[in-house]
Amino acid sequence: MDQQHDAPHVDAVTGQATTGHEWDGIRELNTPLPRWWLGIFYATIVWSIGYWVVYPAWPLLTGATKGVIGYASRNDITVEMAQLKAQRAARAAGMADATPAQIKADPALFQMAVAQGKAAFGDNCAACHGVGGVGGKGYPNLNDDEWLWGGSLDAIQQTIRHGIRVAGDNDTRVSQMPAFGRDGVLKREEIIAVASHVRELAGLSTEAKADLPLGRKVFADNCAACHGADGKGNQELGAPNLTDAISLYGMDMASLTETISNSRGGVMPAWAGRLDDTTIKALTVYVHSLGGGQ
Amino acid sequence: MTTTETDPGDIPLFATSRKVYPQSVSGPFRRAKWLILILCLGIYYLLPFLRWDRGPHLPNQAVLADLANNRFYFFFIEIWPQEVYYFTGLLILAAFVLFLMNAVAGRVWCGYLCPQTVWTDLFLAVERFFEGDRRERMRRDAEPWGFDAIWRKGAKHLVWLLIAWWTGGAWVLYFADAPTLVRELATFTAPLSAYVWIGILTFTTYTLAGIMREQVCKYMCPWPRIQAALTDDDALNVTYRYDRGDPRVSVKQAARLRAEGAPAGDCVDCFQCVAVCPTGIDIRDGAQIDCIQCGLCIDACDSVMTKIGRPTRLIAYDTDGNVKRRLAGLASIYRPVRLRTLAYTALIVVVGGAMLWQLATRSTAGISVLHERTPLFVTLSDGSIRNAYTVRLLNKRPETRPFALTVAGLPGVRIEAVGAAPSADLRPIVMVEPDSSREVRVLVTVPAGVPLAPSQPITITASDLFAGETVRASDHFMAPGAHP
Repeated sequence: MDQQHDAPHVDAVTGQATTGHEWDGIRELNTPLPRWWLGIFYATIVWSIGYWVVYPAWPLLTGATKGVIGYASRNDITVEMAQLKAQRAARAAGMADATPAQIKADPALFQMAVAQGKAAFGDNCAACHGVGGVGGKGYPNLNDDEWLWGGSLDAIQQTIRHGIRVAGDNDTRVSQMPAFGRDGVLKREEIIAVASHVRELAGLSTEAKADLPLGRKVFADNCAACHGADGKGNQELGAPNLTDAISLYGMDMASLTETISNSRGGVMPAWAGRLDDTTIKALTVYVHSLGGGQ
Repeated sequence: MTTTETDPGDIPLFATSRKVYPQSVSGPFRRAKWLILILCLGIYYLLPFLRWDRGPHLPNQAVLADLANNRFYFFFIEIWPQEVYYFTGLLILAAFVLFLMNAVAGRVWCGYLCPQTVWTDLFLAVERFFEGDRRERMRRDAEPWGFDAIWRKGAKHLVWLLIAWWTGGAWVLYFADAPTLVRELATFTAPLSAYVWIGILTFTTYTLAGIMREQVCKYMCPWPRIQAALTDDDALNVTYRYDRGDPRVSVKQAARLRAEGAPAGDCVDCFQCVAVCPTGIDIRDGAQIDCIQCGLCIDACDSVMTKIGRPTRLIAYDTDGNVKRRLAGLASIYRPVRLRTLAYTALIVVVGGAMLWQLATRSTAGISVLHERTPLFVTLSDGSIRNAYTVRLLNKRPETRPFALTVAGLPGVRIEAVGAAPSADLRPIVMVEPDSSREVRVLVTVPAGVPLAPSQPITITASDLFAGETVRASDHFMAPGAHP
C-alpha cells in the first residue's frame, strides 16, 4: 500500500498517527517535537546569525572576522591582569614601605613576603640556584649557613640588587682570584702541593707523596692574603672559607687543581631595575628564611 | 482512508499519568501530618535566624555552613573540612534510622517526613484554598477556561512561587549570616550565587511539589524500590483488612446478609480511601510500590465506618500475614521487637555512640608535617646535617595558643622554626591565631659525627604551653647516602 497518498495510519490503542513506516510489524508513533522546543531551536539559528555579525566568528585565510564590537578574549585577560596587579599592589603596600628587617618582624608581612618571594624565586632564580635554592656546582646552595658575600638581610638584598661581577654596576660584588696556573704565577708542583694543603686545612685526607711543607709555604705567600692564614676566608673580599664542610666547586684534587690553575668567577645578574623593589625585598626575606639567614 | 489496528493484545507499555485530585480529610493521621509539617517547615525556615554565642572571633549563627572560611557550625559543634567524616557518620546513622523505621512501620519517612511529602502537602493545601476540594477542582478543570479559572489558578501559582522562593531563600541563609544576607537580598546587593541558588531551589520546589507531586515518588525516587527489598513479613504497613472488609456490599445489603447469617464485609465501596489518596491508588489492591503510607486512607475509612456504625480501622497499620492468620481463625501476631529491629537499634547505638565518643574526645589542636624535597638535606659548614619541613599547626580553640615544638628520634637533634622565637629551654614557640592554622618552616639539625642512615624516622611534637594538649606527627630525616 502506498502510504504517501493515504490518510495517516492511526494506531488503534493510542489513537495517535504513526510515521507510516513499518518494521517487522512494528510501527512508530508519530510524536512531533514540541512547538516550544522547535521555537527555541529556530530562535537559536536566528541568534547565531546576529552572533556572526557582532562577534569574531568566521575563519579567514589569515585570521578571522573581527565582529562589529571588536571583542577579543585577550582584552579580558589584560583587564584581569591589571586588576590583579592593582590588588597585589594594595596588599603589598605594607611591604613597599618596610625594610626587610621590618618585614621579618611582622608575621603577616613575613608570610606574604615569603609567599611572594617563593614565586619570584621560581621565576627568576631557580634556573641557576635550583628549585628551593638547592644549588649545584658553581651555584651556591642558599639553604646552608655559608655565605660568600654575607647572609644578613642587608647583605642578601645588596647581592640581589647588584649581582656578582656585573660589568658596569659600581655596587656589584667583585672578587677576582688569580689564575695561578694559566698566568704562570705558580708551577705545576706548587699547584698540586697547595691543593693538597687546602685539603689538609679542611681536614680531608692527603696523598702520601704530597709535598705539604711546600704547599704551606705557597699558601702563605699567595693565598693567605685573601683566604686568611688559617684558610677561614674573608666575606669582605668574597674569599670563601676553605676549612668547612661546604664547597662551591668541589674539594677533590682535580677540582682544586682546576680552581687554582684557572680561577673561578661565577656571575650573577643585578636584579635592580629588572625586578621592582618590593619583589627584591620579598626575595631577600625568602632567601633569608630558607635556613641560612644570619 | 484510515486504517486501524484491531489486535486486542496490543496494549501500550507506556501509561500517561492521570492527574490526582486528593480530597481533604480529617482524623488523627491528618492531624499528625499537619503537626509534623508545621514543625519541619518551622525548623527549616527559622533555624538560620537562631543565634549561638561563640565568642568574639567566630560567627554567632547556630547553624552555618561557612564555605568561604571552610567551617561548619552546628550549635556547640564546629567542624573543619578534614572532619567531614562526621557527615559520613551522620549519613550512615540516617540510613540505619531509615531502615529501623521501615522495619517497624513501613514507609514512615515517605508518608510523614520526606520533604517531597511535606512540601506537596503544603502546596495541596494552597491549591485547595483557591480551587476548592476534589470535586470542585475536577469540575473546574473540566470546564472551559474563564475568568474564574484564570484568577484562581493564577493566584495558586503565585502563592506556590512565593513559597518556593522562600524555600530557596531559606536555603541560602544556611550559608551566610542570615540577618545580613536578608538585608543584602532585600537591597539587591547580595552575591550573585545567592540569587542563582534561590532561583534553582525556587524552580525545583515549584516543579517537584507543585507540578510533579506523586510522580516524584512513583517514578523518580529510588527509596520505594529499596524499601520493597528491605521490608519483611512483620513490618507494619498501611493495610486494607480484607478479612473484615470483603465481600464488599452496600450498607443495606450488608444488614440483610448479616440478618440471614451470611457473610458480609464492612467495606461499602465508598471509594473514600481512593479519593483522599495523594498518589491516587486504591489501598484495597494490597501493598504496592506507589503507596507512600501516609495513613490518610485510614482517617477517611474511619470516618465512614463511624457513620455506618461499624468498628473503625478497617484500614490500619497491620501485616498481610495477620490478615491471612485471622482468615484462618488464628490470632494476630505483632512483633515490633525482633532480630531485625534489635540489630538496627544496635547499629544505631554503635554508630551514634562512636560518633559521640569521637566528638567528645576530639583534639582541638592538630599538626601535619611535610618534608622539604628540594633539597632533601643540607650539609652545614660545621658538617652537621639539616632537614627542612613545612609544619602546619591547627588551633581549633577560640583563643590564640602558643605551641612549643620538640623533635625526637636522633641523638643531639635540634629544632628551629623560621620566624619563631625559641623559649628558655630552646623549644621554638609558634603562636597560632584563634580558630585557624599556621604554616611554619621548621629546620631540624643533627650535629656532625652522629652516624646517620640515608633515611630514619623522627617525631615532631607540638605542645600547647598552657593547656598541655600535645599532638605529634612522624616523618623522616634524610642524610647523605643512597636514597631508595
